[in-house]
Amino acid sequence: MTLNLEPNIPDPDGFYDLLLAAHQGLSKDESDALNARLILVLANHIGDVDVLREALTAARKRSE
Amino acid sequence: MVDVRYDIAFRLYPYEKVPDQDLPPKRHPVVIVGGGPIGMALALDLGRKGTPVLVLDDHEGVGQGSRAICFAKRTLEIADRLGAGQAMVDKGVVWNVGKVFHGDDQVFEFNLQPEGGHKNPAFINLQQPYFEKFIVDEIRRAQDNGAPIEIRGCNAVTGLTPAADHVVLTVETPDGPYQVEADWLVACDGARSPLRDMMGLSFDGRVFEDNFLIADVKMTADFPTERWFWFEPPFKDSGQSALLHKQPDDIWRIDFQLGWDIDRAEELKEENVRARVDAMLGEGVAYTLEWTSIYTFQCRRMQAFRHDRVFFAGDAAHQVSPFGARGANSGIQDADNLAWKLDLVIRELAPEPLLDSYSEERVHGADENILNSTRATDFLTPKSEMSQIFRNAVLALAREHAFARPLVNSGRLSVPCVYDGLSLNGPDLLDGPKRTRVGAPAVDATLGENHLLDHLSDGFTLLCIDAPAPDVERVDGVPLTHLSLSAEGNPLLAERYLGDAEGAVYLLRPDQHVVARWPAVSADEVRVAMQTALGKDAG
Repeated sequence: MTLNLEPNIPDPDGFYDLLLAAHQGLSKDESDALNARLILVLANHIGDVDVLREALTAARKRSE
Repeated sequence: MVDVRYDIAFRLYPYEKVPDQDLPPKRHPVVIVGGGPIGMALALDLGRKGTPVLVLDDHEGVGQGSRAICFAKRTLEIADRLGAGQAMVDKGVVWNVGKVFHGDDQVFEFNLQPEGGHKNPAFINLQQPYFEKFIVDEIRRAQDNGAPIEIRGCNAVTGLTPAADHVVLTVETPDGPYQVEADWLVACDGARSPLRDMMGLSFDGRVFEDNFLIADVKMTADFPTERWFWFEPPFKDSGQSALLHKQPDDIWRIDFQLGWDIDRAEELKEENVRARVDAMLGEGVAYTLEWTSIYTFQCRRMQAFRHDRVFFAGDAAHQVSPFGARGANSGIQDADNLAWKLDLVIRELAPEPLLDSYSEERVHGADENILNSTRATDFLTPKSEMSQIFRNAVLALAREHAFARPLVNSGRLSVPCVYDGLSLNGPDLLDGPKRTRVGAPAVDATLGENHLLDHLSDGFTLLCIDAPAPDVERVDGVPLTHLSLSAEGNPLLAERYLGDAEGAVYLLRPDQHVVARWPAVSADEVRVAMQTALGKDAG
């Protein structure tokens, strides 16, 4: 399996809304912690370490 | 005295004293308060159907300022049905390409290249005064052909008293006040609706703490006809976001998001507006400032759009952010929805509960628009540090990765809503395309030299595609026009209305929404569906 970087969420605006709603009312520290937990949960769901490695590379690229 | 609230772009209905002003109050079947795009479109629709309508406007013509500039295909289709669409498309600027920037960098480019086989383009840009003028021009033509429409300029409604079967309006004019009685009253008097206040009705929703500066700039510079949108624009003092978009007459709409704590008077000074525009356009670009304005906005709606004998339409009933062109476009759909229902009830061809469906359907539409508009605003103006981090992460990823682009939201452009699951819907027994399902507005399709929507009647239409037409010309006095077509030689008709089906029968309302569809149908089934669409199930 390879990392899917094509659109894959049927209702992108609905998803984004859900994401922001999850952070509603949290302090920055709490939000950071939520994001960390969310990444771990999603990583477990993906399971495939090659895909995770590709995802880390894609995400990392923008900060360099 | 009638207050002058704004300058006039086109003086289309100068004040004239009418005999009614010296007589006891006269009763009118329909009075529309507010001669903006919504009120005038509704008046034109009703007048064309032969229902007498009186429009009261507190000015003598169309206000200045471009205001709404982006008109969607559905609006143009409705205007086309009313005879005013072609003038709009001829004058308007058709655009397809949009570019999204973040700071100095282009994030991505999109092309709204409309699907083929439609008479009207996906969008045009046109200053609101032109839009309004073209509707009034068409009203004048309709009047010449006998349409019972009357417009009274400089007639300001200052009082409203409900009675058992009508409402009484007090109207201020340069010659003093007089009274008018209306069987049905439609308030199209804008976001600050005085009628809504007179009735003490609430208008709740979410206030967005932000100010946007609009500058309409006239220049012959060689910018392409594209929508350019910047997140965190790189030019000096341009705020959180900026937009550049072309209108007719070499006018460009420029929007700057200024934030909440600003000095409005200061920001509107010409030298301050020019400093921002200069920074955006670059040194040495010559232009004149045509119109400037600072606006704030709210996303909100009334609880119900019908209050006994009074209806609310357009901004008077619901307000959205400007991102997505959902203000005027949704208001025109309100007018489209209300006209045929009022007409049939006034003619006693449909029961009064049909009018409740106006509120049901258009509240549904308003909620969809408010949802989309709120989401766009949340993306444009992140409300917390984490929202900002996510927003900028999306923009960063969107440069390289297609998956992030659908998440970028600089306004989801207006599409008409589908009345899924609402009271006037009949059965959907065809395993047909989703886009033409029950509740959806009819989708246009090229038919040889012309287009499907041109063939639909002003009333109910029974569209039979490769299916036998049942013998039913009229249901409870309401005429039903037959249109029989074949998919053979009309591939778009087949694609948009049949899918895998061999044939289909569609029942369409006067506003072109689908009431019901079947692979084949009996006269009795058509009668039942039509009665549902006439609100006869509700009573």
